[in-house]
Order: sequence, then structure tokens, then C-alpha cells
Amino acid sequence: MLDLLNYPFMQRAILAAVLTGLTAPAIGTYLVQRRLALLGDGIGHVALTGVALGLLTGIAPLVTAVIVAAIGAIVIELLRSYGRTSGDVALAMLFYGGIAGGVLLTNLAGDSAATLQGYLFGSITTVSSSDLWLVAILGAIVLILAIGLSPQLFAVCQDEEHARVSGVPVRVYGILLAVLAAVTITVAMRTVGLLLVSALMVVPVATAQQITRSFRTTFSAAMVIGLAAALTGVVASYEIDTQTGPTIVMVALAAFVIAAPLGAIVRSWRNHHRVHDPQ
Amino acid sequence: MKPFLSVNDVTVHLGGRPVVDHVDLEVRAGEFVALLGTNGSGKSTLVRACVGLVPVTSGSIELFGTALPKFRSWHRVGYVPQRSNATSGVPATVYEVVMSGRLARRRLFGARNQADIEAVSAAVEQVGLLSRLRDPVTDLSGGQQQRVLIARALAAQAELLIMDEPTAGVDHANQDVLADLLGRLVHDGTSILLVEHELGALEPLIDRAVVLRDGAVVYNGSVDDVAVHEHSHMHPHTAQPDKPGSLSGEGIWR
Repeated sequence: MLDLLNYPFMQRAILAAVLTGLTAPAIGTYLVQRRLALLGDGIGHVALTGVALGLLTGIAPLVTAVIVAAIGAIVIELLRSYGRTSGDVALAMLFYGGIAGGVLLTNLAGDSAATLQGYLFGSITTVSSSDLWLVAILGAIVLILAIGLSPQLFAVCQDEEHARVSGVPVRVYGILLAVLAAVTITVAMRTVGLLLVSALMVVPVATAQQITRSFRTTFSAAMVIGLAAALTGVVASYEIDTQTGPTIVMVALAAFVIAAPLGAIVRSWRNHHRVHDPQ
Repeated sequence: MKPFLSVNDVTVHLGGRPVVDHVDLEVRAGEFVALLGTNGSGKSTLVRACVGLVPVTSGSIELFGTALPKFRSWHRVGYVPQRSNATSGVPATVYEVVMSGRLARRRLFGARNQADIEAVSAAVEQVGLLSRLRDPVTDLSGGQQQRVLIARALAAQAELLIMDEPTAGVDHANQDVLADLLGRLVHDGTSILLVEHELGALEPLIDRAVVLRDGAVVYNGSVDDVAVHEHSHMHPHTAQPDKPGSLSGEGIWR
């Protein structure tokens, strides 16, 4: 099995999977805490237009996807924080616009929508070294900010009003989180694909939560689970010859299916323990 | 010395309607002021405006002598919001939530230091939840969750505490313990602005009561005469509670 490490494309694939497996659940924990679990999906749709813009202009799709996804994320966050009433309809329009725009621009570039398949579901073995450099730099930035600013991000996602009275510029952090999510999604685009990236942001967090009791352990456990799912998925997809994105997501879901009943047992044991705890 | 909080002729509109109407209010150093009124009298909106959560339509608010839009010394203010049922999507322990009360004192990218950890333990101990420090907040009862929010404000070691109905849904025994806690804070020099619609055990501690009705101040003075001005909603208690200080800090609240 170790022979797969001899192929340069597999080395790149594994490195990209490690970065995705760590960054997606890190940002995902904040999104779930803020009850924005589906934000990743929305940004993923918008990023597709960015990819198509790259195909149309001849610029690397990864670069245009990062830029368009970040702009889309900022628009979504502003719509969310200012226009609460019509927010979800506005969001929906942005999502559909992202997909339709992506396919339309791809057609205009002279390609069929099939070209987008590798971006929608991941195509990890086609990651080039220049892609990998960008993915590595962006992934590192995401991780440094997600961990370094965790006191602020935790406070904003836990209780926005209290954070504001603590002097935290809540709107700035909201936008920062949305942009970090956009960058994470484009980092993960080649690994799990734009349609499935949200799964890697949410499922490891949901899995970790079955057992964990604090934010800190949820955050770390989600990253470990994400990393394990991404690595297992890459290797499995190579061995059984399937697409990487769906394979990684199914591994992550399998972990959840195992953790859910386990968590229920642990919780009932803890409750039982507390009832008999004479304090 | 400038007042810690100074509200000058403030009007707040919500949904086009004036909810707070030309209100003046001051909290001076070491003072314990109660802001009273029925539901919908605008008291909650007024304190939310005082901490910048609701924009004022006209008038001005100063915290520690600085106009609110320019105020940056948030570590001097501790805020206890009205309890909300909104819990976040990821578990968080009592320790983690109370630690977020230290935010105004922490640097960007700075790790928590010994002072942060000690302030959090002290705050949690003051509300009698030290044994639940590592438990997720969602495992606690409503009254205990309210105490976590109070501990979060205490952890800031602020000079001015602004509390929005901290006794809502808290039983009488717990109110006595809250009274004891606030009594000790005031004794140590903390100023408090407290929103309530019933004072109960807290009454002996209050230096001054301000009563709002339909967004306007209808009374500002000694707590003894409040009943005359707001008799339909104030219930003068029959039994005088123990003096603050004489109650032990823990016990009933455990």
C-alpha cells in the first residue's frame, strides 16, 4: 500500500487531503456554533462561478475561485447582518446565481458543463504543484487565524451581543469568518469538490459532538476526525478506484454513524452517574 | 469625578415608535441604581442603548466620561444580558463561557494568563458553580445558566455592572444569594445598574430607584417611595431579608 507514496501525484493528493482535513472542520466548528452549518454550501455554489471565470479568462481557476468566493461570502454575511427579514431569499438567489453563472460562463468559454465535474466532486489526483503551493499557503493562513483568534471567534459565535459589549468588533469578525470559510472551501475544492466540501466542514463537528463536552475538545476532535477521514478517503479511493470527494465524505459519514450510538451510551452513563453522585 | 454612566435626554426608536423618550439617567461611582418598570416600559431597551446594542435616535450617552461611540475601555463594563434560550450549536463549558468575559482584557493572539484563569475561578466560585466548572452549560438548569452569565460579567472585574433582569425565573432562595453577592460587590466599590420589574430581596441594597413608564422617567429617588409611584407593580415585601454580608456565599445556590 505504501507504494502509492512513490507517485508524485499521490504525494500531492495526500498533502492536499491533510490540509483539507484540518481546515474544513476547524472553520466548520465556528459555523456550526453560529448555527450557519449550510453557509459552506452557499459559498461553494458561488465559488463555481469563480472557477468558470478562471476557465473563461485563462487565469488559474483556483485563484479566481478564491476571489469570487470571498466576495460572495462577504455579500452573504452583510445580507445576513443587515437585512434579517429577507436574508434567506437573498441567500437562495445567490446560491442559484452561483451555479447558473458557473455553467453559463463555462459554456461561454467553449466548454461543456462536464468540465466542471472535477471541481464539483473533487479531482485530487490532478492537483498540480503550483495549485498545491497556493493550497498550502491558504490552508496555513486559515489554521493560524482559526486557532490564534479562537477567543474572539468563540465569543462572537457564542453570544454576539456580549462579544460586542466586550469591545469585539463583531461585524469584522463575522466577515473574517465568512472569508475564512470561502478560502477553506476553495482549498478543499480539488480534494472533496464544491458540492461536498460543506460535508467535511459539518460532519466531523457533528461526530465529535457525540462525545465531547467542551468547545475546545470539539474543535480539536473535529480536526482529528476530518484529517483521518480525508487520509482514509484518499487512500481508499486509490485502492478501489473511486472519486476522492465522495469517498472522503462517505468515510466521514461512517464515522458519524459509529459515533452516534456510542455518544448516546456515554451520555446515559454520565446521567446515571450524576443521579447517583451525592453532591 | 465624572459619573460612570451618564444618559442625557436620550430617545430610542424601535420600529418607528419611541420606546425610550427623552430619558436622563446617571450612575455614579459606587452607586447601586435600580431601573424599574413594567414589561414594555422601555427599561431593557434603555440599558441595551447604554452598552451600544441599540442605536439612540437623539441625545447622548457617556460611559466613564467618554461618549459611547468613542468608548473603548470595555473592560470597565460588565454586562449581563437577559437570559435567552438561544444556545450555540457546539457544546461549551462553564469555564469557556466565563472565560469569554475576559475578552476585553486580552490581547489579540495572546494566550490566557494566570490573571485570566484566577478571575474565572473567582467569578464562578462567587456564583457557587465551582463544582460545575467543566460541565457543558446546556447541562445546567435555567437558574444556573443565568448564574453563568453573571459570572461571565464578574470575570471582567469591571467597575460598572449592567444587569438586565438577572433574577428573571430565579426562585426566592436564589434571589437572596444574588442579593448577598451584589451586596458584597457594592461594598467592594462596584457600581451597578440593575433592570428589574420586582426588587424582592435586592431592595435593601438599592441606593436609588428610577421608574420608567411608557419610555419616560416617572420617578427618580429613594427606593422607599417607589411604591407610591408604581404601586400597581411594586410589591413591598413583608419579611425583611437577612442583611447582605450575614448570608454565606454558598449553600442554597449549590
